[in-house]
Amino acid sequence: MLSRRVLLGSMAAGAVLSPADQLIGKPRMGGRIRVAGIVASTADTLDPAKGGNSSDYMRLFLLYSGLTQFDGALRAQPGLAEAIETDDNIVWTIRLRRGVQFHNGKSLTADDVVYSLMRHKDPAVGSKVKAVAEQFAGARRVGPLEVELRLNGPNPDIPIILAQAQFVIVENGRRDFSVANGTGPFILKAFAPGIRTIVRRNPNYWKPGKPYLDEIELIAIPDELSRVNALLSGDVQMVIAVSPGSVKRVKASSSHMIMETKSGLYTDLVMRQDHPVTGNPDFVLGMKHLLDRDLIKRALFRGYATIANDQPISPLDPYFNPEIPQRAFDPEKARFYLKRSGLLGTRLPVYVSPAATLSVDMGSILQEHAAQIGLKLAVNRVPSDGYWSTHWMRHPLTFGNINQRPTTDLMFSLFFQSKATENEAGWKNPKFDKMLIEARQTGDVALRKAIYGEMQWMIHRTGGVGIPVFISLLDGYDRRIRGLQPVPLGGLMGYTFGEHVWLDA
Amino acid sequence: MSGVSPVSPWRGPAKLVAKRTGLALVTLALVSAVIFTISGLLPGDAAQELLGQGATPEQIAALRQEMGLDRPALVRYFEWLASIVAGDPGQSLVANKPVAEIISERLPNTLILAGLTTLFSVPIAFLVGIWSAITRGRAADRALNVMTLAMVALPEFLVATIAVLIFSVKLLWLPSITIVPQDLTLWEFLRAYAMPVLVLGVGVIAQLGRMIRAAIIAELDRPYVEMARLKGVSQSRLIFRHVLPNAVGPIVNAMALSLSYLFGGAIIVETIFSYPGLASLMVNAVTSRDMPLLQACAMIFCAAYLLLVLIADTVAILANPRLRQG
Repeated sequence: MLSRRVLLGSMAAGAVLSPADQLIGKPRMGGRIRVAGIVASTADTLDPAKGGNSSDYMRLFLLYSGLTQFDGALRAQPGLAEAIETDDNIVWTIRLRRGVQFHNGKSLTADDVVYSLMRHKDPAVGSKVKAVAEQFAGARRVGPLEVELRLNGPNPDIPIILAQAQFVIVENGRRDFSVANGTGPFILKAFAPGIRTIVRRNPNYWKPGKPYLDEIELIAIPDELSRVNALLSGDVQMVIAVSPGSVKRVKASSSHMIMETKSGLYTDLVMRQDHPVTGNPDFVLGMKHLLDRDLIKRALFRGYATIANDQPISPLDPYFNPEIPQRAFDPEKARFYLKRSGLLGTRLPVYVSPAATLSVDMGSILQEHAAQIGLKLAVNRVPSDGYWSTHWMRHPLTFGNINQRPTTDLMFSLFFQSKATENEAGWKNPKFDKMLIEARQTGDVALRKAIYGEMQWMIHRTGGVGIPVFISLLDGYDRRIRGLQPVPLGGLMGYTFGEHVWLDA
Repeated sequence: MSGVSPVSPWRGPAKLVAKRTGLALVTLALVSAVIFTISGLLPGDAAQELLGQGATPEQIAALRQEMGLDRPALVRYFEWLASIVAGDPGQSLVANKPVAEIISERLPNTLILAGLTTLFSVPIAFLVGIWSAITRGRAADRALNVMTLAMVALPEFLVATIAVLIFSVKLLWLPSITIVPQDLTLWEFLRAYAMPVLVLGVGVIAQLGRMIRAAIIAELDRPYVEMARLKGVSQSRLIFRHVLPNAVGPIVNAMALSLSYLFGGAIIVETIFSYPGLASLMVNAVTSRDMPLLQACAMIFCAAYLLLVLIADTVAILANPRLRQG
């Protein structure tokens, strides 16, 4: 048995300035900025459980705080929880920060945390993270500022899971989410779903001295060109998701900058393993050798990408296995494998869509290379609307688009475990499934790293997905905005920019 | 027109207008069936869209039942029709709010944009049309012709993009997105709307200007114009007293078409300027498969179109003595 481990110490708390912080100077108070996201619809929400897109996450992180927060290396840092401790990765003790207040003046207590965590299991709430919350066997109040969270099975990643936007803390018993009462850096001033969210500074925020801005207005401009134009014309001061093609325009402006956030996001070629053609192991290997990763990185992403190796764990992940040799673009090898599969000369449709980032262009490049070795691919371009429900994973060859999840365990269990509904390729490997459980149960970090490393090998060798590159996230901002730093889980500091940025005069 | 006495000379037109109104209502009923059928043909439904990529079949089935999507289409159609007729378009499946409330937030925006564009472009269209007609075949007419043709041919997204690049990004004169905050000063209000109105106006002015020109020229060739000219009627009196009243039928029809376009077809302008109007709301409803909202929007657009055409017909009937006889 392991000794009791303290996963989060209170030592790391507080505003410790990193060298980068010191370089950009002392934060200035005041000012108002307008920020443009990508999505706005009537489904915009103030209910953390219902948050489902980048705009929702930004809104939630402005208004609420989580028990933990991500840092730039994807580790969990203390948030409302001062410390989280466990002996066995099953029973977790969460100690809360003292003196935290909700926007309506009520003090944060253990009851709020119990309610906030357990409401995700209630089917009537309709939580987006219900599946994740199913592992919570129960939560109970131990003291006014202490909660015990008991899991159904061991999971060492709880501090990281609790940092996600949906797990931010709401007040005990809260059902009405037409208003937002959180403990976050900003207080809701106006909210019109599909149009705008305006928040003002929370003077009682639990991080001393923060936030810096007086007011933030969050809008959405779905059209990328319009979004970049709005930034350049000064109508907004920050935009999320600039396309690689627009970077030059933004950089050409003397008053605007681009922040690149390397991430684990990828667009992948999905080869269904339950289909006689695409399920052939030689076919899969052949196709993986046909991916021209360098060209995709250079031409499609203008260099704003990291070469990937047909497995989903990016070099940013602490469990990334660097020992797997890089698979390169090799038409000769591809021809060899495809010939051995006996499938050269067959005609195969591949489905691409603007819904899966740049899959249309990737499909065309693939088609070109395939034609040169005698494999006929017919590229079927289908509209974004309805792509995920009607095409993705439903034909032998499609493209997927997977956002990085905060833990290795989540990446594997959501997309590669045999029974997972989003196991894109329908790849079944009982040994892989067993190792996934094993890794969850061990308290030994080195052993877990070894298991995860082997699992990456398995996907790299036989998995039904070809992952050419990990895509960098690009955000544009006004040069006067300071304090931005990449957090790999999403644009604009993993959607948490609000409390970190200030406006220089 | 219903309160007119039976002996009135308006009896003929009243009957005609009543007939047109009846026809419009029948059309609307047919359209409702088409809207319902077509929206049902879209792949996926609100339950799938709401639960996202990772939903299990059981979750989807449960939500479908909760939303009532598992009942037969015919039952759902008549229930929906009954509530629409009663003036309640139902509850949004996605936003958890009454559809009426969502639409009432957006409708004023659409009306303001359409209204401003009309105010801006109709007078200009008349100027262009009339000037072009009276200088027919001469240099001014040809120049206007080339201009209006070019304006009709230019796609809206191109005009909008170029306008944004010039006026917002390069010159920094006008905002590139149209944000409608409360309590704007008149100057701010005009600045905010300048770009979308300009872009929408380009198409409307060109279309309407050409129609007005054609309508006036058709009248100018008529014998009574020659007669009036011979009697020494001045040019302006000829146009405004004699020609325009006779050309009013085709002109109001063209106006009705342009205005109904402003109402529902402003989607490109709404997208580029991020303007929260009805058209983008409807596109939103399509992508989230929010059928009650989608159907309500479609019905509103259709009703507005029919209403405008009906008004145009009525004006044409009243302006034309021959039609007036019924």
